[in-house]
Amino acid sequence: MMKSWDPRIEEMPKEDLQRMQYRLLKSLVYRLYSFSPFYHDRMREQNVHPDDIRELTDVKKLPFMFKRDLRDNYPDKIFTSTKDELVRYHVSSGTTGKPTVVGYTQNDLNTWTTSLARALTSVGLGRGDVIQVSYGYGLFTGGLGMHYGAERIGATVLPTSVGNTERQIELMQDLGATAIACTPSYLLHIGEVAEKMGVDIKKDTELRTGILGAEPWTDRMRTRIEDWLGIKAYDIYGTSELSGPMFTECVEQKGFHVWSDIALVEIIDPKTGESLESGQKGELTITILQKEALPMIRYRIGDITTMDDEVCACGRTHPRIQRIQGRVDDMLIIRGINVFPSQIEYALMAIPEVGQHFQIVVERKGALDDMLVRVELTKESFSDKINDIIQVRQKVEHRLRNSLNVNVTVELVEPGSLPRFEGKSKRVVDKRSL
Amino acid sequence: MDTQKFVIRQISIFSENRPGRLAAIAHALGEENINILAFSIAEANGFGVVRALVDYPEKAHDKLFSLGYNVAFTDVIAVRMKDQPGGLYEVAKVLGDAGVNIEYSYAYSGKEGAVLILRVDQVDEAIKKIKNSGATLLERSVFH
Ligand SMILES: [Zn+2]
Repeated sequence: MMKSWDPRIEEMPKEDLQRMQYRLLKSLVYRLYSFSPFYHDRMREQNVHPDDIRELTDVKKLPFMFKRDLRDNYPDKIFTSTKDELVRYHVSSGTTGKPTVVGYTQNDLNTWTTSLARALTSVGLGRGDVIQVSYGYGLFTGGLGMHYGAERIGATVLPTSVGNTERQIELMQDLGATAIACTPSYLLHIGEVAEKMGVDIKKDTELRTGILGAEPWTDRMRTRIEDWLGIKAYDIYGTSELSGPMFTECVEQKGFHVWSDIALVEIIDPKTGESLESGQKGELTITILQKEALPMIRYRIGDITTMDDEVCACGRTHPRIQRIQGRVDDMLIIRGINVFPSQIEYALMAIPEVGQHFQIVVERKGALDDMLVRVELTKESFSDKINDIIQVRQKVEHRLRNSLNVNVTVELVEPGSLPRFEGKSKRVVDKRSL
Repeated sequence: MDTQKFVIRQISIFSENRPGRLAAIAHALGEENINILAFSIAEANGFGVVRALVDYPEKAHDKLFSLGYNVAFTDVIAVRMKDQPGGLYEVAKVLGDAGVNIEYSYAYSGKEGAVLILRVDQVDEAIKKIKNSGATLLERSVFH
């Protein structure tokens, strides 16, 4: 088994990597300042010239780019390649407003494929593996991106796309799929359908690896999938603006490696835009160092996470980004402190006395923000003694205070009484804006 | 001594402090023709626990559970109170001397005078000590 796709780059000493990043950043900035009206204007507004970029940390001087910039310039006004240089389009359906269009040159596709080739190799896949690609093929980047990455490492691709789950399971068995790439919820669905068909994925298939992403999931879900299906499950990350799925965890399963020669990662405070230290939680901001058709400088993806810049146990020197913990859009500011509903979700998961559903009610009491978290008391922890219940409430308040760094009032409610949501939850009632 | 016949099944119900919750519980039990013989409400800031003795505890539990209530059975005992001052003190002293803790208590007026419902941490021990002290324990069959 191959350990690294490109050991020279993947295990390059940090200083050399950073020198490489600096060179790439410098030439990117000069190119865009000279040839892209969009970036030229942005940099003029920010009063920064390419000559001001004298070391890697000078990236902080550059202007940010937002999703709305892509929408405002629909479909291709900020592309920096001509039409005859483009070889592909992908389109992401915006849930609000216009979709965003991403164009690719042949070099862009090569960079994307290389990124995935390294990633798939880092989870132990390669020649001899059969990779079932159960991401959607089409305008969505998941299917085609994974397809090319898997072919590049010499694996055999089984391009099943999404749907017709029983047939997917038959093919998985008949063709001996060793890995599957899909959303975690689709893999759970496959597991359930397989059980109904009398197929034990653990015993009756060759499956041992899952490359799962394109929707938020948790470590708890990972454990459940791994135990149930007898596979190793790896997180994959990417958005269409970055090309598509780009980065995965390595076998260490401690966050996904972002290849430094492809992308420069910053974690910033979403409120102030200030850069944060490694390990602090903030908004993921990415500069794609090698992209021709749709370059990205300091693109604010809106995902909240932390970065670990230590050399990984696998030997790779490239930084790791932890599992995405929330969206900037969901962020609440309580007494000046950033609070994410996902933090509450994680904290509650570790408290068996209450359920995982919750509701946040924010009010202004006098000059201060007051946050109330309503959770359901489970049947098992209900007691006829009022003090036992008060203790549960205190425990939840204590745990939430510790993980959020803000005072929280907890209200225990009857089981099943909180609203349930399909998909993206609306769990926050913010009465301050009324 | 057969202590079991003195063990009474109380149903305990978690309730948010919202108007109408108690009425809703009473209504649900009424629909099943379940009679509430005694009850008390313990309230804390934001929630309460309703404790009730009913004639059909299993049926009451199932009905409330099916409606989504957080409901549990609790073993309690019932002591007939002498109609004279100091009755409660005597019971408390007997149990205290035996190292039995009273978690909570509530009273109701039975047909033949006041009855004290006790929730203790050691039910068997409490029954023996109260019997030995000469006080009257009500049997489970009085309730259900
Ligand atoms: Zn690693």
